Amino acid sequence: MNNAGMIASVGMPVRYMERTRRYYAAQGFERAYAWARFDDVPFVRPTKPLARSRLALVTTAALYDRQESESRFLASAPTVHPPQRLFAGDLFWHREATHMDDRASYLPLEALGDLVTEGRLGALAQRFHCAPTEYSQRRTRELDAPELLRRCRQDGADIALLVPL
Amino acid sequence: MSLIARHLERHGMPAVILGSALDIVEYCGVPRFAFTDLPLGNPCGKPFDRAMQRASVVAALELFDLACEPRTTVRLPHRWSGDESWRDSYMALREVDLAGLRRMGEQRRAERRQRRSLGLARQE
Repeated sequence: MNNAGMIASVGMPVRYMERTRRYYAAQGFERAYAWARFDDVPFVRPTKPLARSRLALVTTAALYDRQESESRFLASAPTVHPPQRLFAGDLFWHREATHMDDRASYLPLEALGDLVTEGRLGALAQRFHCAPTEYSQRRTRELDAPELLRRCRQDGADIALLVPL
Repeated sequence: MSLIARHLERHGMPAVILGSALDIVEYCGVPRFAFTDLPLGNPCGKPFDRAMQRASVVAALELFDLACEPRTTVRLPHRWSGDESWRDSYMALREVDLAGLRRMGEQRRAERRQRRSLGLARQE
């Protein structure tokens, strides 16, 4: 076998944290990334049935072809007449196995629209949001997440569907 | 995205994540998670497979009604294909690539140092 990273994992979820640690260690980075971990998890029940709720949709893809070295910022775009495709050239995803040519596979606007038409979901908020994935967890917690919440409320959203790439 | 889900929920907006990185999301701890066991990049389903994509979205939204407590995960039954090799090929460390990865890391560190010296480094 000439694959030092081979892990017998047929049928088992990929252990992404372990893969990422090994990948960066192979690049010579000495300090492993510390993923966020919490003992407590907030939880609230929806105040309205789904059929009367307005949903905010959030992705980690970007509206333009961002370079890896660029700063990332929260962006929003209309859910009616959305861009044909989004971009994630600066993020980690499985380029060898798949592609981003089908927007619906990562930004399910049409599926959500169908559910609204069928009366199963109340409405889709007028904007969807592109959340920046940041190395800095503090920046996400203190800047991006509060701003995203503000925009969701501004659009009258009751609930949120988050779809990370 | 897990941090964002937690923030929304903490401020009264129920949130569900639809995604494929089970270990990362569950390690963090989120209110609701619909897990699609597919290669990273297509969390809703295979490209152009509308039935799979719809089923994923429906299952995720159903969690708003079904979940009674935090850390509720539903594992969707979707499969990528009969070929499971994608699981091992992600970030695989092939011997032939190791020298290149080392060089890539050195280049990244050099770029980072340069950005930092110019005051362009991202804030930690």
